[in-house]
Parts: sequence; C-alpha cells; structure tokens
Amino acid sequence: MGLESHLGDNILTTTLNTMVNWARKSSLWPMPFGLACCAIEMMAAVAPRYDLARFGAEVFRFSPRQSDLMIVAGTLTYKMASVARRIYDQMPEPKWVIAMGACAISGGVFNTYSVVQGLDQVIPVDVYLPGCPPRPEALIHAIMEIQKKIEKESVLNKITANTGDKPKI
Amino acid sequence: MDNETIASLVKNNFPEAITGSAIFRNELTLIVKKEYITEVAGFLKGNKELDFDFLSDLCGVDRVETDGVFEVVYHLYSIYKNHRVRLKVAVASNDPRISTVTGVWNTANWHERETYDMYGIKFDGHPDLRKILTPDDFEGHPLRKDYPVDGRQPATLREIYRKDEA
Repeated sequence: MGLESHLGDNILTTTLNTMVNWARKSSLWPMPFGLACCAIEMMAAVAPRYDLARFGAEVFRFSPRQSDLMIVAGTLTYKMASVARRIYDQMPEPKWVIAMGACAISGGVFNTYSVVQGLDQVIPVDVYLPGCPPRPEALIHAIMEIQKKIEKESVLNKITANTGDKPKI
Repeated sequence: MDNETIASLVKNNFPEAITGSAIFRNELTLIVKKEYITEVAGFLKGNKELDFDFLSDLCGVDRVETDGVFEVVYHLYSIYKNHRVRLKVAVASNDPRISTVTGVWNTANWHERETYDMYGIKFDGHPDLRKILTPDDFEGHPLRKDYPVDGRQPATLREIYRKDEA
C-alpha cells in the first residue's frame, strides 16, 4: 500500500492491520475458475438459497485483475494448467486460492495421463476443500477459513499463500 | 428400413467388401474390409434408400492383444429414415493406416484427428491430420493398451510452474 513501509512494526501498524484485514476479509472478490461439476456447487453458493453475499464474497467476476480470491473448482488437466497459472499471475496481490473438490486437491479419482494430481503443482493453495463435489455450505466454510487466515496476516509482510515468500513492499 | 434389409442391400452391392455382419440388441454391425471403406461409406450416404447422412461417431479400438489389430468403428445414422448402422474395420497394428472418410462426411475431420491422437491410426488423404486433444509436446497415443494409464508427461508440473519458489 505504500504507507506501511514508513510506519514499521509498532503499535500503529497493529491497528492498521486490524482495519486493513477487516476490509480485505469482508469484501473478497472471487475469481471463479470452474472446470467441472464443482463449479455448479460454486454457482449454488452464490445463488439466493446459500447466499454468499452474507459473507461479502458475492461479486463473482471472470476478471482476474479485479479479483483477490481464486476458486479453482474441478478437474485440472495438463492442457488447462498453463491457463490456471496465467490467470493466477494476473491477479494483483494480496491474493488467495481455494482448491475446491477432490480433483483440484489431488486429481481425485482421475489417476490418468491427462489430469494434474493436485492444483498445488501449479499455483500455491491456501485452503483445500474436499468433497466430490463439496456442498455449497462447505465452500462457504472454506471462504470463512480464508477470512480467518486474512485476519492473521500483516500488511507489512503479506505472506504469499503457503509458499513463505515475502513480496517486496 | 429394418436391419436385415440394410445388411442385404449393402452385401449385394459389395459382396467382397463385407466380411461379416451381426445383429445384437436390434443393432446392425457390418465388418468392412479396409480397402473398401471409402467406397462403402460413399454408397451408404449416397444411396437414396439408405441415406446415412450423419456420421454420429468415429472412434478406435485397441484389439492388439487379442486379435493383433486396431479397429476403426463408424456409427452412422440417417436423420430422414431414422435407422442406424455400425461399421467395423480392422487395421494392422504394425502400420495402422486407413483411408479417410472426410470426403463423405465432413465431420469425420475432427473424429479422425482424435482417433489419430489417441491410437496413432493414420488416415490417408485427411486434409489436416494433427493431434487434437493432447498437448503439443505429448508423445505417444494414450488410449493404446500399452500406454500406461498414469503416463503423465511430465510426471509433475511443480518444476515448471513453481520452480522459483522457496
């Protein structure tokens, strides 16, 4: 953000952290990356019955440059892997990733020549959401886990997903 | 037109090309000799009684272990006459080649590319016989029985996409 680099790690930044993290977690902008049947459950989660808007994450846009949460829902194939990586790279920091469903986590039942055995081979994943497909409640739970993770982060050193990389401020 | 009439009509016109036929669960299958496939296909589409205007599927089968051949299977349908037929053609496994039917049904173009990609069966006379499903750098033909089911190329993508990470 710029300001935090001058403040350093002191009592002011803890307050700043609280405020910034609250803002970030309360208005996640998901980038839906629907690849299979999991995407249908993802759509249901946004629809009125499950109403993801209650958690501030209802603005699904197929626009990575305006998003901060990538939801990879479904079977990732070798041919699609480069696309997933490219979409992820286009998203501005800070950003988070949910691997939704058994296929995105590990390839699922598809131990075959064409399926990537886990999204984390391609991009860093924050929350692994099991299920085949997971119910919309489970996706909402995953988003709440992302929110918990955001709460613990610091604007000084936003840790990029689970890689431990610290981007330059 | 019923299955028996279709079978006898084709057999009478191509006594040498049709080496066998079977009706199972009311579905007609004709075994066609490789050399005659384009001719037979043209007849099936062109004949006014048969009028097989729609190639609903074209695919391959690996029968190398049992019969030493690959099979190319054509599923035909007539939209106007509402009848179907299945053609099976055996091609040698050491040099799997067969004439294209793209000149008869345009839709065979992508089907033959898929069959080529998955089984390595070459279609002579095809206008654009390139791989269609597997990635460009993929080697081999994954639906062959001798190709390992989990033969991923490469085995993991981590070295490609996440090499620079700590």
